[in-house]
Amino acid sequence: MNAAMLYALTGAGLFALGLYALAVQAHLLRKIIAFNVMGSGAFLVLGALAHRAPDQVADPVPHAMVITGIVVAVSATAFALVLMLRVQSETGQPHLPEQPSD
Amino acid sequence: MSWNASLPLLVLASSLVPGLIIFCLPEEKQRTRTTLNLVGVLLKLALVTFMVWGVQQGEHYETRIPLLPGLDFVLRADALSMFFALLSAVLWLATTIYAIGYLEDSPHRSRFFGFFSLCVTATLGVALAGDMITFLLFYEMLTLATYPLVVHRGTEAALRAGNVYLAYTVTGGALLLAGMVWLHTLSGPLEFTANGFLAGLARDHAAALVAIFVLLIAGLGVKAALVPFHGWLPQAMVAPAPVSALLHAVAVVKAGAFGIIRVIHDVYGIELAAELALTGPLAGLAALTIIYGSLQALLQNDLKRRLAFSTVSQVSYVALGIAIAGPVATIGGIVHLVHQGLMKITLFFCAGNLAETLGIHKVTEMRGVGRRMPWTMAAFTLGAFGMIGVPPMAGFFSKWFLGSGGLDMGQPWVVAVLIVSSLLNAAYFLPVLRAVWFEDPPEAWPAERSFGRSETSLMLLLPTLSTAFSALAVGLLASMPLSPLQWASLVASLEYRP
Amino acid sequence: MGTLSPDSPWTIWVIFSPLAGAVFTFLWPRRARLAVPLVALGTVGSVACLVWQVAELGVQSHALGGWAAPLGINLYADGLSAMMLLTTALVGAAVTFYATEYFRRASETARYFWPLWLCLWTALNALFLSWDIFNLYVAFELLGLAAIALVALAGSADALTGAMRYLLVSLLGSLTYLLGVALFYSTYGTLDIGLLGDLTAPSAASWAATGLMVAGLLLKTALFPLHFWLPPAHAAAPTPVSAILSALVVKASFYLLLRLWLEVFPVTAAGLGHLLGLLGALAIVWGSLQALRQTRLKLLVAYSTVAQLGYLFLAFPLALSPVAATAWSASVFFILSHALAKAAMFLAAGNILRFAGHDRIAELGRAPYGVSLSWAAFGVAGISIIGLPPSVGFAAKWLQLEAALAGGQWWWTLPIVGGGLLATAYVFKIISCVFSQNGRTSGTNGISWRMEWTAFGLSLAALGIGFAAPQLLALLNSGTPLALHEVGSAP
Repeated sequence: MNAAMLYALTGAGLFALGLYALAVQAHLLRKIIAFNVMGSGAFLVLGALAHRAPDQVADPVPHAMVITGIVVAVSATAFALVLMLRVQSETGQPHLPEQPSD
Repeated sequence: MSWNASLPLLVLASSLVPGLIIFCLPEEKQRTRTTLNLVGVLLKLALVTFMVWGVQQGEHYETRIPLLPGLDFVLRADALSMFFALLSAVLWLATTIYAIGYLEDSPHRSRFFGFFSLCVTATLGVALAGDMITFLLFYEMLTLATYPLVVHRGTEAALRAGNVYLAYTVTGGALLLAGMVWLHTLSGPLEFTANGFLAGLARDHAAALVAIFVLLIAGLGVKAALVPFHGWLPQAMVAPAPVSALLHAVAVVKAGAFGIIRVIHDVYGIELAAELALTGPLAGLAALTIIYGSLQALLQNDLKRRLAFSTVSQVSYVALGIAIAGPVATIGGIVHLVHQGLMKITLFFCAGNLAETLGIHKVTEMRGVGRRMPWTMAAFTLGAFGMIGVPPMAGFFSKWFLGSGGLDMGQPWVVAVLIVSSLLNAAYFLPVLRAVWFEDPPEAWPAERSFGRSETSLMLLLPTLSTAFSALAVGLLASMPLSPLQWASLVASLEYRP
Repeated sequence: MGTLSPDSPWTIWVIFSPLAGAVFTFLWPRRARLAVPLVALGTVGSVACLVWQVAELGVQSHALGGWAAPLGINLYADGLSAMMLLTTALVGAAVTFYATEYFRRASETARYFWPLWLCLWTALNALFLSWDIFNLYVAFELLGLAAIALVALAGSADALTGAMRYLLVSLLGSLTYLLGVALFYSTYGTLDIGLLGDLTAPSAASWAATGLMVAGLLLKTALFPLHFWLPPAHAAAPTPVSAILSALVVKASFYLLLRLWLEVFPVTAAGLGHLLGLLGALAIVWGSLQALRQTRLKLLVAYSTVAQLGYLFLAFPLALSPVAATAWSASVFFILSHALAKAAMFLAAGNILRFAGHDRIAELGRAPYGVSLSWAAFGVAGISIIGLPPSVGFAAKWLQLEAALAGGQWWWTLPIVGGGLLATAYVFKIISCVFSQNGRTSGTNGISWRMEWTAFGLSLAALGIGFAAPQLLALLNSGTPLALHEVGSAP
């Protein structure tokens, strides 16, 4: 196992960890953090996959993708935080109400 | 687009366009609405008459618009379609005048007449449809356009009846759709062709063709009120009388019966249908419906419900005539489209007159009403005699051709069915007639309205008398050229051309 | 703008016009009401030109800035893209027209609606023109964020929680998709859809990537049982937004799934196809039953969307047969039909809601007479939703039934036909209000004729475009986006 593989597996692990937290945590802030952990995992995977042979320059395309992805994730996080505050001020709770049974 | 190609579209537009304008009219614009209605009616009648004349001269009227790969929207005039179109146009005239009188001063008339016009457009579309997909289009349109008429009064009972009506007819439409698509995957185009277009498939796909036939007949049988698909019809009696007249005499049930004729004659073809042993069971089902409807009618005290079950029974004469699969019986079946239409519309008009003028809804309330409303009851009597099949009323000829057609094809049981049915018809009509004419009227009628010297509003009486008279005339003049009977013979002869 | 010549890059204008509009309305909100009609006109005009190009000249491809793939960004339009763009343009124009009236009074909501909506329109157009799985991700994310912000505009607690739930689902869906993109890139070294299509072969990595992408997209398309987020969000949004979401946004993720399924995913996964079909059938039944149970008008319409989305997915098993092209065409027709009809329904429902002051179905009787045209719009749109002739919905249903019967998978006819019956039940649950005598409605809020006619016009379009089905089928087959797959997938 080389370093790139290690990074990739760590990334996948982070993604899974974030997914788990997203599912089980009720507090919206925790959910948003969980999403960021997932995002970091995905970016780590992308970064690791840029690795080619040890003596070659890394592939720039995944790096470009990671940068774009980070921009998207930052805006999404900012938006999510604002929305969370609005939810809290409207409903008085920092978490979503129980899913209406359907 | 040439004149001959646009004529079928014009026939539809002559009721569609006034209908759409009527929707937009404010409630109080009664005069404009009536004018629009009558102009549409007369224009349509003129166009249809012209086309009947043209078809007889060998003119070819066809509108064709591509719809889906291998499927066109086709409107076409042939002998059978003009037969049904003329019937609808004539009866629409009568019903429109009647409805204008009947709904005087009631709310939502713009809505009513708008949908009423759509309904007739759909019926004419069913008549003129040149292929199955066009037929389905108008068949479904008919369902949608009649629903608002059934629930017009907006009462709980009306809405419930509307739901029942929809549940039956939409399911029927879905079965029809499934059958058509299946047929399309086997045969390609679905255009009505004299003697059918499926003969080439009989060997490889016999089982599929039988299954498709069952789907199609079930889908059509809902509207034609074949047992066990008849449940909606008595429920739909909550509708205003002109609607019952239209639904039961012309539009809905006839569209179903007409569809059955189309499927057997112009999709399968008589020979193939007989070869696949499809006609026998259909004849059996029709016979069962005839007897069952008559028995049920006997048990009803509500006049309109009695008439409704009578319709269940009578419309199946059409299916029976076709399913006997012989030329003579076919004439009987086809001509019964017109005969039953004229007679039943008369009876419903009479029921409406009774309800509007005297507040009578039940058979037991009709004692002695002949003295109060002699003209209406004379029309009722003619209609009832026609239903029983007393010569020279129109109904007699239908039964005569059905019976002798059955004998021709070696099916004497048909005669037995007809005799039993006629006896039952007599059993549920004659006691009413006796009470009407020979018993003393009660002290007071349930809810009497006065119309001056006339027994009821002339707008109600005149259509009633004219349809009753027509029912008598088509019987008396059955041997004249262009009588319904002669025209039906022409249609049948096209089908049984050697 | 360029002239209408065969090599004018209309693909760029299709994306650029709404984007310029979004920037403009954000910077100069007071001029928005003036600018928006021009922007809409420009966008619809560009789409019309592009559709013309695709129909007459075939596939349009344009490398941005002259940089060809794999380095640059490629815009690509074939019949499938053209159909999606056309659908979006029709609904988009109508909703824009409606919203100028809906947001007549200047407000915070109106201030943000225009930039967000135009941004969303940009994202949709970009999505339909992207030919690169990472650009698709970017457009997809932009689309999701704009859509969620639009839901939140309503500002009510329902809308905010609906938006929040939608946001979490959306982020989860797109991250999952992104992970799939990463796997594809690492395996094949390209992001271009065309190149990937040539390279992909069954392997553990491509299966994993396929699985991740499909899962992410299903979540965002709200396929049963992942539909839970859709009804609250769609029902709580402001009326024009509800229409946009139900008509267009969920279709975008379905388009993405369809495109990848046809072009990229390694081999036709028969098992996965049948699973998607089964979930689609369940969605039809479950969504319809839920719609029937609702007591609020907008929720009923939203659940109807869940049901109608089910039809789209029936193509996946139906395409596992010699009649694949018919099955896919049926799904595209369903997209068009549902977009027009559902937008009309939501706009009509919004008019009724605004007029009556509530949308409790049981109390809607007698409401009709102020907004009769909206009720007519609801009814006519219902014809298309039920799938009765001559609507596009009927054409779609006919093609789908044909694909089922000709392809020897008759059992799929049951949900198709049964769904129509259930749709009749819930549509007429509403329609019967028109005729009902009981109801409590003050009916104080006037509705402008523009709002009513927009809803009605859309419903008429859904009904009438059925007659254009042959032309639409021809357009759809330009560049044979659907037949490509048929060749490669013969089992």
